[in-house]
Amino acid sequence: MIEVDGLTVRYGGVTSLDAVSLTFDQGTCGLIGPNGAGKTTFFNVLSGFVRPAAGTVRAFGTDLLAMAHFRRARWGVRRTFQTEQAIEELSVFDNVAMVHEHSRLGGASRRQDVLDAIEFAGLDVDPESPDVPVRTLGAGQRRLVEVARAVVGRPRVVLLDEPAAGLPDEETSHLAEVIRRIPEHTGALAILVDHDMSLVSACCATTAVLDFGKLIASGPTAAVLRDDAVIRAYLGVEVQQ
Amino acid sequence: MRRLNGPRPAGLARPRILVTTIALLFVLLALPQLMSLYYVDTMTQVAVYSMVALALGVLVGRVGLVSLGQVAVLAVGAWVAARLLFATSQPFLLIVLEAGVVTMIAGTAIGLPALRLRGLYLALITLMLAGGITVVLATVNFPNGGHGFLGYDGGLVHIPPVRRPSFAASDPAYYRFAVIIAIAMFALVLAHIKTRPGRAWAAIRQSEPAALAAGINTTLYKLWAFALASFITGVAGGVLAGAIHYLYSINFPTQDSITLLAVVLMGGAYSLWGAVVAGLLYQFLPSLLNNWGVSADWLTILFGLGVLQVLTTAPAGLADQVPRDLARLGRLLGRLLVRRLPGSRQRKSQPAPDPETPERVP
Repeated sequence: MIEVDGLTVRYGGVTSLDAVSLTFDQGTCGLIGPNGAGKTTFFNVLSGFVRPAAGTVRAFGTDLLAMAHFRRARWGVRRTFQTEQAIEELSVFDNVAMVHEHSRLGGASRRQDVLDAIEFAGLDVDPESPDVPVRTLGAGQRRLVEVARAVVGRPRVVLLDEPAAGLPDEETSHLAEVIRRIPEHTGALAILVDHDMSLVSACCATTAVLDFGKLIASGPTAAVLRDDAVIRAYLGVEVQQ
Repeated sequence: MRRLNGPRPAGLARPRILVTTIALLFVLLALPQLMSLYYVDTMTQVAVYSMVALALGVLVGRVGLVSLGQVAVLAVGAWVAARLLFATSQPFLLIVLEAGVVTMIAGTAIGLPALRLRGLYLALITLMLAGGITVVLATVNFPNGGHGFLGYDGGLVHIPPVRRPSFAASDPAYYRFAVIIAIAMFALVLAHIKTRPGRAWAAIRQSEPAALAAGINTTLYKLWAFALASFITGVAGGVLAGAIHYLYSINFPTQDSITLLAVVLMGGAYSLWGAVVAGLLYQFLPSLLNNWGVSADWLTILFGLGVLQVLTTAPAGLADQVPRDLARLGRLLGRLLVRRLPGSRQRKSQPAPDPETPERVP
């Protein structure tokens, strides 16, 4: 469970997150909102890339804000990026192993854990020879490398920042299936940010909505997507009653 | 399913190891017999500057940190080694390692700005620090057998040479010694690249946020890179001290760090062979031109054009470009030869497989 209380982030005169208080309970949760709503900023606060002006974030009872960014990753906060960040110089195996060797887990199970993560993500590589260079992979496969990095070992929180951006429908469907299974496979709480509402609906039981840095709705995904305030935020129009 | 190396193994690695071993044996045993003493000395310097280029390659090619202070770090290594060689009777090899360790401490301090800066600003800061070191060394001078902490005596008439190890007193023997030390340094870097630090450096170079999100302590690994690069450069400085016997601050001008970066980029900052190419460009080429009576000053222009050429056509440097272009040329000549052979028209419909295309196994 992640409990966020009064989280405020300011960039100069711009308030990117404005006293946001919400709770992510379990499973895969959605976080949506129009461009500039503060979704990635929220992820950056959880990852430690942005220091909030006010507020607290507790994940499974631990004060996340008290930890340095790289220590949060070691503790179990994993993430993917809006602009995919698979390390080109490394192979698929090394991309995933790199995360495992900086986690709290020992090296004895490393190879097996890495191969499990690659298999879980559904990467199109032979488990007997997973040293395919990432630079030879297509966009969809590279996204899956990021997902494999996020789930390897024992993550506690998995943050997925628009993982399906730019992917064709077939690859998005596969990704949806993978994202849905993350909590069950790893025991982690997953938070999905995406503009693809069908993906969010397919993966997330609950969803929170941000607009201009404020929380405007949260609850079961189907109900949230019918919420007038959410529709107004996305369409920028008044809804006919 | 994609496989890179197929059922991996021994099969593919063996020819490469064999070729490398033969090349090393040739360089160690045959080359000194084939060259004049002039070129033996030159090749000793190539070994030294290959180590310096290797160290700079770690920073630039592996971690993405541009340092313009490497020649000053080399001077620190040479100073420490010379001081210890004059002051103590410790074995030469031990002193070379001590020079590496002391330089590592100094070089890591130079790397501290890298924790906050990258790119042009880091380059500028390291250049300024290098300039500062050069000024200090010009003031205190290199040890020449004098007494005191600095070991310099301006009144000495007969300046003793910096000693060499007893087993490598002659120029060819010292050349072999330098090459063996260089091989050890290359092995040290290879051991880093293939393991945890290498993966962390690759992540830091491409994306610091991605590295942090992977749990990598970027501060530690950046300092680690500076420490490793400074250790190797310090060791190179120790070897250089024994190679040239007499050290002066004019041997280490600040601007040489810029030329060094240029040849590292030309040779290939991303590969170990690139450091060897850089060492050859930096030391062998000027010696060759001097021997032919051509001014080495032309090299400044040549290196400028070389960097331009490499950055526009082959960012991985000559170490990558030359073998690739030679392979292409070989394939082209092979095709031309096949066309000229009688009965080749029937075979023409089946193109030869391109070895650069990764193998796909269903």
